[in-house]
Amino acid sequence: MPGHRSTRELQNLEVAAANGLLHRRAFLTSGAAFAAAVTGYTLADTVGAQELTDAPWSRKQGTLVQGYGAPSSYEKHVARTLSNPKGEPRTQHGRTPHHLLHGTITPNALHFVISHSGDPDIDPAQHKLAIHGLVRRPLVFTLDTLARYPMVSRMAFVECGGNSAPLFSNEPLQASIQAIHGLISCSEWTGVMLSTLLEETGIDPKAKWVVAEGADSLALSRSVPIAKALDDAMVALYQNGERIMPGNGYPMRLLLPGWEGNMNVKYLRRLKLVDQPAMTYYEARTYTAILPGGKAYQFYFVQEVKSFITHPSPGLRLSGPGFYEISGIAYSGNGRIAKVMVSADGGRTWAQAALQEPVLPKAFTRFRVPWRWDGGPVVLQSRAWDEGGNAQPTRAELVARRGQTPKPVTNPLAFPGTHYNGPSSWAVDKAGEVRNVYA
Amino acid sequence: MSTRETAFTIHEPQSPRDTEAIKRKSLCFGVSVARGSAIVLALATLTSSVALAQGQIGTPAAPNLGTPASEAEIAAWDISILPDGTGLPPGSGTPEQGGKIFATKCALCHGPEAKGGTAAALIGGRPLTDGIDTPKTIANFWPYATTLFDFTRRAMPWQAPRTLTNEEVYALTAYLLSLNKIIGPSDVMNAQTLPNVRMPNRDGFIPRFPERMP
Ligand code: HEC
Repeated sequence: MPGHRSTRELQNLEVAAANGLLHRRAFLTSGAAFAAAVTGYTLADTVGAQELTDAPWSRKQGTLVQGYGAPSSYEKHVARTLSNPKGEPRTQHGRTPHHLLHGTITPNALHFVISHSGDPDIDPAQHKLAIHGLVRRPLVFTLDTLARYPMVSRMAFVECGGNSAPLFSNEPLQASIQAIHGLISCSEWTGVMLSTLLEETGIDPKAKWVVAEGADSLALSRSVPIAKALDDAMVALYQNGERIMPGNGYPMRLLLPGWEGNMNVKYLRRLKLVDQPAMTYYEARTYTAILPGGKAYQFYFVQEVKSFITHPSPGLRLSGPGFYEISGIAYSGNGRIAKVMVSADGGRTWAQAALQEPVLPKAFTRFRVPWRWDGGPVVLQSRAWDEGGNAQPTRAELVARRGQTPKPVTNPLAFPGTHYNGPSSWAVDKAGEVRNVYA
Repeated sequence: MSTRETAFTIHEPQSPRDTEAIKRKSLCFGVSVARGSAIVLALATLTSSVALAQGQIGTPAAPNLGTPASEAEIAAWDISILPDGTGLPPGSGTPEQGGKIFATKCALCHGPEAKGGTAAALIGGRPLTDGIDTPKTIANFWPYATTLFDFTRRAMPWQAPRTLTNEEVYALTAYLLSLNKIIGPSDVMNAQTLPNVRMPNRDGFIPRFPERMP
């Protein structure tokens, strides 16, 4: 049968690295039957072998088609985790469940959200975007008028500067991948290039920065270098084909592909061209990184090259020895992913992962490696390189430069720093449980 | 009923035949849209020659649909304060005035005398060398006093933002700076004095990628 491999064939596949990592070509050539056989990670419960029966749902009329669909009732656990579900006066976080998703696009309702004062309920007919300051002529745009401009679509991840920050803890925090890496998501965004609008306002040569501001209650504001505004910045109106979700900036947000999430100002209502950064609260204080000597990185801008394994990861477990597909996400705010390497022995030996095409700049790239788990303890890790030659640093390299917390982080929802792009190491024990470790 | 969901006109088709009629009728841009109806039009039928024949758009690169506005018109929205003081409004305030306002409008969350409550303490702060997770405060971290004015005016009090007068914001800024011993107890804050306040950690910052700084 084409695409089908016997167990004996699987066992003979080329070994690429220690602890059962197989050559990535094993996947590329094996086809669906093989793939289906190896993606058997489970959540808590495993369903045992059952007889083949004609199930009740197959013998009656199904449910009504909905105007706006919802996932199967069996998928209720696939949800964001919420840090402040009662909306107390502090920031709310909704984290993406990467261990329960595949591919490269985050469903809109699962896109991570950080909301410093809740999502405003904006009437799109009344929303306006003003561009002013050091321009030739200030202009105000409605959604109506923007909808008539030439649009572009592109894939782009948006990542909070504090994503993965629990890994700055001096001891590995035991929390799910959702708590550790849940503040990043990837969508197809459609909108008007900011350069198109700035062409119409004209730019005074004295302008060096664009101060962006949202229509939320905190009027959240960030300064963006004019070069980025003219490069690939977009006034985004659509997310994965539909209007942007309220949590992600309805009816329009600034999209700065590859740059710190908070700078991608949601509910965008004002862009002011100025000659100096405004030193707003979120850029002067919140999204900065204290360094070991007491100085701090400010204007970090770029979300640097990073990868993490989503399958398996803390939150999933392996149901027994045998074949699995290791799979994860790699991305770089500097461009395309060039290579991802995967280790099953804590970084001593490495196998090159297969990259899912198309590999797009500043977007998720799904990587995969076939794996035969012999049932013993292993430590899984991935490292990515981007097309600019930037390598994801080891944790030791990163900590030497950036430090780690003096005491263990106990609250997985706290940010002990920003911009962690070291690797994640997942230890699998004999029972198939997956834990966060440093290796 | 109508909303501006897209630049193209959309109508609810009554029958397959209607759809054809609508296709012809709908070859125009920039008209309001009937909400809740299905998009039935193949946009491909809108060739650019048809669009241009309508005389509704210019060259694709320059639609020129923004409404010109004067800075005076935009002023109501323009609440950005720059570190050199650009944007600071007229008015002034003292620490003493600010202390009274703080007790009624801010202590609820930030605690009495700004010592912390459900929201952060606004006084004190440990040395930043204590660790990369040291809480960042006005005293140990904020590089510019103008940020305090800007953030308080745009975002505080959290549950009722942009309800403070400029005088109140100057007074609260003076109070918090004085509480942190960055200015004296009788210093007046206004558009001239505030940008000249030198914050203790002004020189504590490094851009991560200097080559990307304008
Ligand atoms: C309902 C609770 C609440 C009230 C009342 C309130 N604040 Fe706040 N304040 C917050 C929260 C929450 C934050 C954090 C905002 C964020 O980080 O997005 C904050 C942040 C701040 C900060 C920044 C603190 C720092 O170091 O990061 C300042 C300054 C501040 N508030 C001043 C004030 C002043 C002045 C008032 C009174 C006019 C006030 N606040 C009233 C909740 C409140």
